[in-house]
Amino acid sequence: MKDFRYLKNVVTLRLDGKICIGCGRCMEVCPHGVFTIENRKARITDLDACMECGACSKNCAVAAITVAAGVGCALGMINEWLQGLNLPRTGRGC
Amino acid sequence: MPLLSTQLGCRDRLGAWKARWGIGRMSYLTPPGLYAIGSPGSDDPVIVTANYKMSYDIVRSALHGRNVWILVLETFGINVWCAAGKGTFGTDELIHRIDAAHLTQAVNHRTLLLPILAAPGIAAHEVTRRTGFRVHFATIQATDLPEFLDNGMVTTAAMRELTFTFRERLVLVPVEIVLALKPTIFITALLFLVGTAFNEAAAGFTAAAAFLGAVAAGTIATPLLLPWLPGSSFAVKGATCGMGWGLVWLALAGGDIGVPAGAGTLLALTAVSSFYALNFTGSTPFTSRSGVKKEMRIALPAMIATLVGATLLWLWAAFL
Ligand code: SF4
Ligand code: SF4
Repeated sequence: MKDFRYLKNVVTLRLDGKICIGCGRCMEVCPHGVFTIENRKARITDLDACMECGACSKNCAVAAITVAAGVGCALGMINEWLQGLNLPRTGRGC
Repeated sequence: MPLLSTQLGCRDRLGAWKARWGIGRMSYLTPPGLYAIGSPGSDDPVIVTANYKMSYDIVRSALHGRNVWILVLETFGINVWCAAGKGTFGTDELIHRIDAAHLTQAVNHRTLLLPILAAPGIAAHEVTRRTGFRVHFATIQATDLPEFLDNGMVTTAAMRELTFTFRERLVLVPVEIVLALKPTIFITALLFLVGTAFNEAAAGFTAAAAFLGAVAAGTIATPLLLPWLPGSSFAVKGATCGMGWGLVWLALAGGDIGVPAGAGTLLALTAVSSFYALNFTGSTPFTSRSGVKKEMRIALPAMIATLVGATLLWLWAAFL
């Protein structure tokens, strides 16, 4: 996946190092190698590679990770916006 | 316990192909529950997958010749990755299937092997707390399962890395085409009629071809050329392809339409391709929601402005 980089400085992923117990789960589930474990604490080493899938936050037993997870789908978002404006949706989403 | 055949027949390949094209999707379901490959005993591994025919077919053929259990979750015919995102391949469904299949009676151990891409839907610690089963996120690709099992269940870095190869992008193209089909047919027909009405059938035909080419630039060329197109924005990548097509079209068919109409057409084709390219973000495994949101906030107004500009140029060409 090193050939593919999406926009920089946009993702909502946050890690609270104080709460982390260093179990390593986040590193195990992340398909983009965003985390590393150093000195028994998780660290975000490649923030911009995150695709906001939510696997890490879902699997952190102590809730040290937050991320606004969701599918990055343009059609789905257009539909959400149309719905917000009370306009009819355009066909199918994602 | 139903026994699974591990050979994928031609029908399965056809089924996979039909599922890709959205034909008869509902008939490509595998009933959820516990299945046996070979003749597994109480110490053999349990692999969890979705009741999406393709997910399950790949698991089945990858494990040919082994003795394993397969626990199929009800994901309504949706693949692991999408189902995990939607929550159907989720903690509650997994726990429910463990109970319904009486898994604790089938095996002595308490380990489940799950695809890594199921993690957005499965809270492993919850599953352990409520069922006693430990969740082991094994590999991304089911085809890595044999090596994983032979390696004493160790996930290598390569098994954890997501790929997005040319081939993987190629199989997504049909999905993009099916998604774009209805509006595309409508607009193509409309362009043909308008072109014919204003001029003659040949003009209608070239107008329709211009549009179809731009749709192909966004739905076929952009996904395939993705890593080689400039920038990180999909809208920009798509615009690049659309403009490339626009120049080709002008060279081939735009001979005598004049500068304003030619410029208008180029702008419109760029915008159309850019829109479809932006749509492809929904099919890629590396675009974040926040990123797509940001891109859309900039790209959608730009596309609308471009189309307005194109229309003004056409009107200028037609009436001045
Ligand atoms: S899953 Fe949570 S607790 Fe475990 S290493 Fe990651 S952040 Fe720390
Ligand atoms: S949200 Fe997904 S991609 Fe982002 S860090 Fe977590 S697991 Fe990795």
